[in-house]
Amino acid sequence: MDDVKLSAEDKALLDQFLAEHRLFLGPDPEIMRNHTLTERSQMEQAAIAKNPDPHQIHHIRGLINAALSEGFQMVNQMGAAPGAKWGDLVTGVYTAQGDLAMIAPHGIIAFAACCFYPIRFIIKYWVDDPTVGVRDGDGFIHNDARYGGIHNTDQSMMLPLFYKGELVCWVSSTVHEGENGACEPGGLPAAAESKYDEGIKMSPFKVVENFQLKRDLVTFLQNSVRDPKLQLEDMKVKLHAAMRLRERMISIIEQFGKDAFVATLRMHLEDTETEMRRRIKELPDGTTRVLQFMDSSLRENVLQKISLAIHKKGDRLIMDFRGTAPQFMNRSVNTNIASFKAALCTGLLQNVWPDLPHTMAVLSPIEVITDRNTIIDAEGEMPQAMSLMPLFKACVCWTIPMNKLNYSVPHRYSAIIASQYDQAATFIYGGITQHGDATGNFCGDINGNGQGARSHADGEHSISPVFGFMCDSGEHEINEEDTPIIRLGAQRLAKDRIGFGKYRGGMGYEQIATARGSGMWGFMTGCEGSKFPSAQGLFGGYSCPSYQLMKIKGINIFEELDKNPKVVEEFDIVRLMNERPIPGGKYSSNDMGMTFELCNDGEIYMICQGSGGGYGDVLERDPELVMKDLREDLMSHDNAWDIYRVVYDRENLIVDVEATEKARAEERKARIQRGKPFEAFCKDWVTPEPPTDVPYLGSWDDNTETWASIPGMMRVKTPSDQIQGVFMPNPKDVRIAQLEAELEACRGGKG
Amino acid sequence: MKVLITEYLRIDLDSEKWECRRCSHEIGPARENYKRGLLVHDRDPREIHKPLLDTRLYERTYSPDPKWCRILEYYCPNCGTMFEAEYLPPGHPPLHDIELDIDALKAQWKDRQEITESPMGPDLALAKVKAGRALHAHAGHKHG
Ligand SMILES: [Zn+2]
Repeated sequence: MDDVKLSAEDKALLDQFLAEHRLFLGPDPEIMRNHTLTERSQMEQAAIAKNPDPHQIHHIRGLINAALSEGFQMVNQMGAAPGAKWGDLVTGVYTAQGDLAMIAPHGIIAFAACCFYPIRFIIKYWVDDPTVGVRDGDGFIHNDARYGGIHNTDQSMMLPLFYKGELVCWVSSTVHEGENGACEPGGLPAAAESKYDEGIKMSPFKVVENFQLKRDLVTFLQNSVRDPKLQLEDMKVKLHAAMRLRERMISIIEQFGKDAFVATLRMHLEDTETEMRRRIKELPDGTTRVLQFMDSSLRENVLQKISLAIHKKGDRLIMDFRGTAPQFMNRSVNTNIASFKAALCTGLLQNVWPDLPHTMAVLSPIEVITDRNTIIDAEGEMPQAMSLMPLFKACVCWTIPMNKLNYSVPHRYSAIIASQYDQAATFIYGGITQHGDATGNFCGDINGNGQGARSHADGEHSISPVFGFMCDSGEHEINEEDTPIIRLGAQRLAKDRIGFGKYRGGMGYEQIATARGSGMWGFMTGCEGSKFPSAQGLFGGYSCPSYQLMKIKGINIFEELDKNPKVVEEFDIVRLMNERPIPGGKYSSNDMGMTFELCNDGEIYMICQGSGGGYGDVLERDPELVMKDLREDLMSHDNAWDIYRVVYDRENLIVDVEATEKARAEERKARIQRGKPFEAFCKDWVTPEPPTDVPYLGSWDDNTETWASIPGMMRVKTPSDQIQGVFMPNPKDVRIAQLEAELEACRGGKG
Repeated sequence: MKVLITEYLRIDLDSEKWECRRCSHEIGPARENYKRGLLVHDRDPREIHKPLLDTRLYERTYSPDPKWCRILEYYCPNCGTMFEAEYLPPGHPPLHDIELDIDALKAQWKDRQEITESPMGPDLALAKVKAGRALHAHAGHKHG
């Protein structure tokens, strides 16, 4: 066969034949691996050639923004999903070629930064397909992240906008809907072991004709999820928001002309890209690096390294992620590269340059290098349902290396901030409600991540999610009306769980939940960071601590409170766990990754939102700020001395300034005493290979070689560009084997 | 001409040396890893993130697992200021986190004014959060 030489003509014919006879139009790497702006189209070229007036462009941009904002508020107020209520949504407008031009000012950047992939897919495959086609009045739905998207809980409605018969742009509306018919309720199945466990997987398809939802298809979708009412309601809401957006765009086009409108979208993108390059150029040339360690697959604890080097030269900025952990073949904490880039775009706008327009043009000039088949560039059959884990890391991966790169720049566009807490610290739930409805979703607490400390101030407590400034943490009253969840404790800041520093990270709050009045209810949690802290400090600031999931099982708190209203003095996690006031309870402290399990009436589940990382040396913290933390009961007295070395009167919190200075000077001396010179230290510290007793995935000392070391199962090193992935054993089998070995030992080998 | 690189580090472009911003101690050649001029201490993470739960009752207590995670603290050998707190698995090589092109840096600063205090940027992230919260308050979700 190798001998067959095709003429150019035959080759073209063969390519055409293959293109026309593809058996499956799966995710298209040509689309999914390209995050850059397309070339100007003829329509765009013609519009810009007419030299549009910059003032008019600015005016039109304002009108588009207002329309996007209106669409956002429609979904925000009418959407049924908890995510819609607390701001986990976006509306966007795209060029005719599918480049994301503008999003609602309050919208989730990452959602829109994913949506152009499915639009490009529709353009490439459906426009000319006689069995599909793209016409005025059509609407397309999509949720599978493999075609673009953060994860499959998010559903998008995309409408082409035709003006006088010509496709001028696209509009979209996306909401984190939650339930999607996966193997666990709530849409984020950590238990998924293949993509077929992830529930409904909508490739982009037409679900609207003549501006009407097609009822047969809607019924099919409703039949595939646990919450059919939600599915219908929010499809309607998203469609009507997108239709409203379309009307507003048409009125802008009618007022200013198609060319001015088209030129505005295009110039907005190009201007943003130009500004990005200008800012990159201002940075010093060189390389800064960061390592992030994730510690769980949500089924078992495994260290997974994300390695990032930011190379900057002239107006080029390259993010090099080579050396990152291999993908899991049967765990859900993988993401595809397109979603990962959308999270990078979000992180840049959230943490570094929030003043830039929220468009894909921000990421367009940045080059991203990865090893294929890693947790951040997963391809194929493996699940990605909990892609949030690496995606949240992408949101914060900028903070450390970028602050090291841009600290010297004379002009500061936004405050310097250490890493925000980056876990989805919320209860995901499912079951039958007190109203008899099946449901599955997540609580708005996901939006209460503590902010990283700033170079001039402490971080704000429980401020927002890492992926959006604008999301709120929800109101429990609404949740309690709709679901059997009862909050025994909520929004109480988690004392002593602090990212210490000259300025401390903003803290997270405790969440203590139970259920009541349902025959069948349960929770899951999808967080890591129980062994290795997740939010990193900056310039000598410490990270947040580790966080765990606590349970009190085998009791019914409501019955206990009936018997003795004073059985629990206060719903405080640490006190409950240490004092164990509820008799007969089974108290346990667990990893914060938990697959779905049933919660009987009155059993207690407890987690925390986390603290952001600290900034700067703890010994430079203003003693009065230390006193403020004590006064606000955020911290114990022990830490005021052990961490900050402040001398003060415990009764009246008056600082002894002189004694404090003396104590701090002594501690600095003690540091010099105990510190070892770097080279000597490394000689003792550095090992040639990862530890053998800790499961470890990723490179060690050399990014071109990647380790997969799972004690008792495998220990291999492969070239990083030849990674396949890691298949994990069932944790229950592992546990059974352990117990059998113990049993055997007890029986003295008499199996 | 000196260029600020972090809260605690600066580079003297003339001598091509890293310096401590607190005590002006000369740390080492700017073309090399600044960490080579610092002192390091391997800190048990439980000393900083102390157990909050009774360690006799529970294995997981809000402290990091010292078998999985250590904190490398980097100090100025002259004044003892802590420049970095690097969280690593035991034995993992410390990261060469800042590697600048000194010639390019000199060229870049040729026409810039020296800066001795880091400029303060507007707190845009916080401003955006506040705008978002105002929007939600305005939306007036029903209360139970
Ligand atoms: Zn010093």
